[in-house]
Amino acid sequence: MPDLQPLIYARGLVKRFGSFTAVDGIDFDLTRGEAFGFLGPNGAGKSSTMRMIGCVSPPTGGELSILGMDPVAQGREIRARLGVVPQEDTLDVELTVRENLLVYGRYFGLPRDVIRERTAELLEFVQLSDRAADQVEPLSGGMKRRLTIARSLINEPDILLLDEPTTGLDPQARHLVWDRLFRLKQQGVTLVLTTHYMDEAEQLCDRLVVMDGGKIVASGSPRSLIGQYSTPEVLELRFDPADHDQAAEKVAAVPTERREVLADRILLYVADGETALAAVHGLGLEPVTSLVRRSTLEDVFLRLTGRQLGD
Amino acid sequence: MTAVTGSLAARQLRFWLTDYRRTWRGSIFSSVLSPVLFLSAMGLGLGTLVDAHSKARLGVSYLEFLAPGLLAATAMQTAVGECTYPVFGSVKWNRTYQAAAASPLRPADIFHGHVLFCTLRLVMNCTIFMMVAALFGAITSRGAVLALPVAVLTGLAFATPIEAWAVTRTRDSSFAMIYRFGMIPMFLFSGTFFPVSQLPSWLQPVAYLTPLWHGVVLCRALSLGVATAGTAVGHIGYLAALAIAGIVAGNRAYRRRLYV
Repeated sequence: MPDLQPLIYARGLVKRFGSFTAVDGIDFDLTRGEAFGFLGPNGAGKSSTMRMIGCVSPPTGGELSILGMDPVAQGREIRARLGVVPQEDTLDVELTVRENLLVYGRYFGLPRDVIRERTAELLEFVQLSDRAADQVEPLSGGMKRRLTIARSLINEPDILLLDEPTTGLDPQARHLVWDRLFRLKQQGVTLVLTTHYMDEAEQLCDRLVVMDGGKIVASGSPRSLIGQYSTPEVLELRFDPADHDQAAEKVAAVPTERREVLADRILLYVADGETALAAVHGLGLEPVTSLVRRSTLEDVFLRLTGRQLGD
Repeated sequence: MTAVTGSLAARQLRFWLTDYRRTWRGSIFSSVLSPVLFLSAMGLGLGTLVDAHSKARLGVSYLEFLAPGLLAATAMQTAVGECTYPVFGSVKWNRTYQAAAASPLRPADIFHGHVLFCTLRLVMNCTIFMMVAALFGAITSRGAVLALPVAVLTGLAFATPIEAWAVTRTRDSSFAMIYRFGMIPMFLFSGTFFPVSQLPSWLQPVAYLTPLWHGVVLCRALSLGVATAGTAVGHIGYLAALAIAGIVAGNRAYRRRLYV
């Protein structure tokens, strides 16, 4: 069953920087064609894991195999088959859009005519064809990100690694990037991404692991994680700051599966939000705003770590 | 294995050449202008005074004395220029080194690619210098052509150790120190403008330790046709040892910086 052999296989993977343990013994597998996510707050160990997979950071301990090879001994061979979108842009801003792809294609030893052909296709794909001859420097953040994605595809990689692909982008630019990544996924490209945006993870990932403090605290599909760790609906209540603490005590009388009192909101985890809201009103409480919504990965994360993911 | 390393380093060399395509005109203009200014002001202008008083002591015209010294100094300046800010910028500002490290290139390939580019720039600048010097009539012997590879080697004796150090830097303030307290004193006191024997006797051994002095003395001996095999081997050995030590240090420094 060669098809079932994992593209990436990690057992007890550890990365330490001096006395600081960034990745603390994690296990995961990745199979061909799936979109796999590492979800967690800043400092959870996501980027360190990505750098180990990218063969630019030797693991301190544990087992790691990528495309059936050893990342330390066969880094060059593995990297030839990876595409990498790093967290910070690494474009040569003094060169043009096209030159950036040319230089990168040469790194992979591709012939000039192959690079030219792929450059045209990739710039079309990321909607930058009209900027091909322009210098990179003045491009917007979203355009640079899309160019980085195009660059990462120049070698037709087996696995595409994306480290926080939309961090720092405005919502419109972010949606454009998501749309392109979703198309890649539809085309069967294997994606590995890290994110601290729950909506990004929910939209793009077939399967994800939730990381916190260098450890994996849960894993599964977004839907199964929500089903396992949260309720179908959430009632969000916002009270006048002066009444917040008192309301938090009173609202405890409403039957819920779980209750989270945040600094600015109270979250009630229930099967039916409207029924819970009626019960809140029945107690004589008057929230300034109330919102019934479906559970998200944010709620899963809150449940698992007691903290919010944050932006 | 060596062939593979060579071809991977060549990929990084092509990156630098693509980069250089934007700036080559200005760069060549200053490579021509600088020797014209120095040779006319110091070689001809100041040289008239020097020759009137000390031609017997130097044995040749001041212009002929100065030109090979400036050739070696040009190599040093080229090397320091190419191996400080461009290297630092690639790892810190633009992060193009990190981009290359995510490709099949290994840190050593990225390093060697830049050393190849430096070598090319040294050959260019030293060749331009010699052509200008020849037009000034500062080169009189045929053996002077041998000063060209020696000047390039002098440049590499600076290039590889400086590059190994520059890639480890986290701030660019260190480079101003190299210019002020390294390059300029060497330029002035390593025999380029006057023989080191004119220095106070306690300072002379310091001058002998500088790579520039070895480059200046050998370039000058070759240019004036008075080099001997024995001294040539000594100078070349010293310069080559520094260049090789820089390669070894750079292989390690690049790996430690790019593989964290």
